[in-house]
Amino acid sequence: MSTFDGMLTAVVFLPLVGAILLLALARTDRRVRLTALAVVVADFVLAALVFIRYDADGGSRFQLLDRFEWISTEVFTAQYQLGVDGISAPLVLLTGLLGLCAVLASWSIKMRVKEYFVWLLVLQTAVMGVFVSLDFLLFFLFWELELIPMYFLISIWGSGRKEYSAMKFLVFTFLGSAFMLVSILALFLADGGAQLDMIGWAESGADLARTVIPISVVFWFFFVAFAVKLPLLPVHTWLPDAHTDAPTAVSMMLAGVLLKMGGYGLLRITVGMFPDMTVDHALILTVLAVVTILYAAVVTLRQTDLKRLIAYSSVSHMGLVVLGIGAVGVMGGTYNKLGLTGAAMQLFTHGTITGLLFLCVGVLYERTHTRYIPDLGGLAQRMPFLAVAFVIGGLASLGLPGLSGFVSEILVFLGAFKAFPWLTALGAFGIVIAAGYILWMLQRALFGPARERFAHVGPSNLMERIPMALLVISIVVVGVFPSLLTDVFDAGLGPITAVLGG
Amino acid sequence: MTGHDVYLLSPEISLVGLALLVMGLDLVVRRKGLLTLVAVAGLALPLALSIVLWVDVSSEADGRLVGVMGALSIDKFALFFKFLIVGVMGLLLAASVDYTRRMPGLRGEFIGLILLSATGMMLLAAATELITLYVALELSALPMIALTTFRMTSRSGEAGLKFLVLSGVSSALLLYGMVVVYGVTGTTYLAEIGAALATPMDASIPFGSIALLVGVILIVAGFGFKISAAPFHMWAPDVYQGGPTPVVAFLSVASKAAGFAILMRVFYTAFPSVDLDWSMLFAVLAVVSMTLGNLMAMVQSNIKRLLAYSTVAHAGYMLVGLAAVASRIDGDGIAAGPGSLLFYLGAYAVTNLTAFFVVMVVANKLETREIDDYSGLSRRSPFLAFALAFALVSLIGIPPTGLFIGKIFLFTSAVQSGLAWLAIAGVVNSVISAYYYLRIVRLMYMGEPSDGKKLGVSVAFGLALAVSAVSVLALGVAPRLITWITDGAARVLMG
Repeated sequence: MSTFDGMLTAVVFLPLVGAILLLALARTDRRVRLTALAVVVADFVLAALVFIRYDADGGSRFQLLDRFEWISTEVFTAQYQLGVDGISAPLVLLTGLLGLCAVLASWSIKMRVKEYFVWLLVLQTAVMGVFVSLDFLLFFLFWELELIPMYFLISIWGSGRKEYSAMKFLVFTFLGSAFMLVSILALFLADGGAQLDMIGWAESGADLARTVIPISVVFWFFFVAFAVKLPLLPVHTWLPDAHTDAPTAVSMMLAGVLLKMGGYGLLRITVGMFPDMTVDHALILTVLAVVTILYAAVVTLRQTDLKRLIAYSSVSHMGLVVLGIGAVGVMGGTYNKLGLTGAAMQLFTHGTITGLLFLCVGVLYERTHTRYIPDLGGLAQRMPFLAVAFVIGGLASLGLPGLSGFVSEILVFLGAFKAFPWLTALGAFGIVIAAGYILWMLQRALFGPARERFAHVGPSNLMERIPMALLVISIVVVGVFPSLLTDVFDAGLGPITAVLGG
Repeated sequence: MTGHDVYLLSPEISLVGLALLVMGLDLVVRRKGLLTLVAVAGLALPLALSIVLWVDVSSEADGRLVGVMGALSIDKFALFFKFLIVGVMGLLLAASVDYTRRMPGLRGEFIGLILLSATGMMLLAAATELITLYVALELSALPMIALTTFRMTSRSGEAGLKFLVLSGVSSALLLYGMVVVYGVTGTTYLAEIGAALATPMDASIPFGSIALLVGVILIVAGFGFKISAAPFHMWAPDVYQGGPTPVVAFLSVASKAAGFAILMRVFYTAFPSVDLDWSMLFAVLAVVSMTLGNLMAMVQSNIKRLLAYSTVAHAGYMLVGLAAVASRIDGDGIAAGPGSLLFYLGAYAVTNLTAFFVVMVVANKLETREIDDYSGLSRRSPFLAFALAFALVSLIGIPPTGLFIGKIFLFTSAVQSGLAWLAIAGVVNSVISAYYYLRIVRLMYMGEPSDGKKLGVSVAFGLALAVSAVSVLALGVAPRLITWITDGAARVLMG
């Protein structure tokens, strides 16, 4: 039975079509930039429409479906199946928003401009595809497709040990997805299962599926793939390298949406399809989360490179996602729902906050040519707009009430506290440390006496201010009206928590 | 030979006719470019005849037309390989037009010999009798050996000699194996061998008897040479490095496909009763081959040697498809193995051709086969660099490419047959292979060219390269383009 709404297909493939147009038509660098901008603006509008059209109150679990038979041999069938639910709809919006900001943040790219924007647009198609695919093969295809543009973006336009970092990123992710592939194939061949149909598995659950390899292996193989992407300790080591050496816009995409693929996978597949096993292993997840939060937070304190600092803080903050998921360890009641909603919220809020922070660092670096914190200082007078945005991003990151970061963190801790009070209390120290490293960083980088060597530094320009403003607005709006998102996430997580008895 | 036999053999006969025509024209025509044109256009005839046969076969009750005293079976399986080989040849001849320009006086022979070798491969895929099979095998191998020496350099001569000797040894092993099998069963017909072995003689010994075990191992060794699977791959790096690039390309694609065709035919028809034994044999060979191929490829500095080890690794992935014989295990449903393998062979053909085409031009224009000289290729020619990069991405198995889908199919079939460990080995090997394939991509896009020389390509070459590269993409996004053929072909094996 095929059905075709078309909207999600458009959201996913518009950037790809744009990339092909760029290759074929755009001659001058200026025209390349403008075309890319037009494409991402259109894609952002489409993403916003998807978010608006998703009906959280009524309607079916998965909406806006595009489905037809894609591969059909005697032994292998796969669907082209796209759809959104409450978990993916906000992430589509996030991807649209960050894609737009990334193109704006790339305005100053001078080298091999056309290639750069082509890869950036291909990347956006891949990430969008991951969030809306509801067939395992298609999901895996987009998951892998994202590797190639990232590899090129880091290793050509990056800095420092860029080729090493790009290869490290690729090998880690590729190895993680190798595990995932085995799990997918095992589910596909499970007796009487839903084959590759993710909707089918989401509805029936895979906890008791009879697969050729033990189902717990399937569960953990999936988990490894998502843990690498998220990343969790001890498979996080690719992230600081990749972030530090990537160009600004790519760091934004990496922290803003690519890490969210891992969190999304945990929600959609680990919790969504293996709810009972997640509950059984909730303690392990929580311990991993707490270790990640604390270790990364302590390491962050010691960083002297601005980008590396934010990269490590990302690791710590993504640990919160797993902490929220670990909250399903408390059976019944509304608390596990709080944890899951917090985890999902954290995906969105961390995306915008870290996107903003990386953007600020990029703009700063553009002018000062250093990211070494002791060399910086006194820049707030020279770049007031940037300083305001940077401070808002920083405060949101440490969880100031009224900004978006607070909402997700409080939800995660409320849920997790009920499940594992002592561990959660320990994890909460991560927030204390976060306040330390964020404020200390802001103070050293932006404030203090004006420095002679930065006398030539001018204020940020319009092309830098637009994405900063967009991200700041989203942070404030979500902070003040969190229900805009929590209602949607709740609707998406409802069927999962219903299984858990929430 | 009856009229019906002539009809069944018409694609092969027309191919031989075409070979003779091209060699004859070579004597009288002055503009040698015409030879390529005639050869490529002439391929339409065997293609058309194969399509006629496909239609005819489809209407048969048992899906096959048997001829030449039962020694040949024209079925969808054989016809799939006819399509594949004709397609590969068409692309290859068009792409090598610049290359052959540099061998004055030999162009007719070059094209003619390739056509003759292809005839042997087509026959091979249809053979259902051991003697016929052997003759077809030799017909496909001997022209390739001659072609290997066509560069007229000492390295090329050395490669040809090595190829000749090792090919002879492998043929001897194969013949000996066939003799033993004949001794045990008293027949050379595959189907009759299968019937004779229907009940295993002694379940405690693999293959039922020591004699048969020896025979089968000798046969596998003989074919292992053909498909360049480890540990029978020793010839590949030297021949690949020394031989003319178009010949090597043909060897790596068509010859390998024909080798797998006959492996599948022999084992599914003659030894179905002992499938668990040979399944394990191929599973072990698969792991050895992919691991060894990938590890050796990492340390190569010559691109043709690297591609040689890469084909060894890919022979390993393909053997996964042979090892996966699920149907016999659970009794219902059909095995995913053969269908997946056939798809993989098709996708591998276009992928490897794409890679070799670029290598061909670079070898021709820049006079280099060193990987380091690919530095900055994207600056010399964005088209060539992109095509090669895309082919390499496909060889790793990253979407959206044909080999991504091919690997999914293969690994699915492995898990389905209860060989999950084999799938894991395959996946891990894919990750390892990313390292050395991406090294080339990195050089092409991030390295600086050593000089400002640009690379232009002829129209015929550009067209052939574009067609093969687009096919790689097409198989990656719309596998249905050929799964309806491979499905039909695979069903033939399942009886």
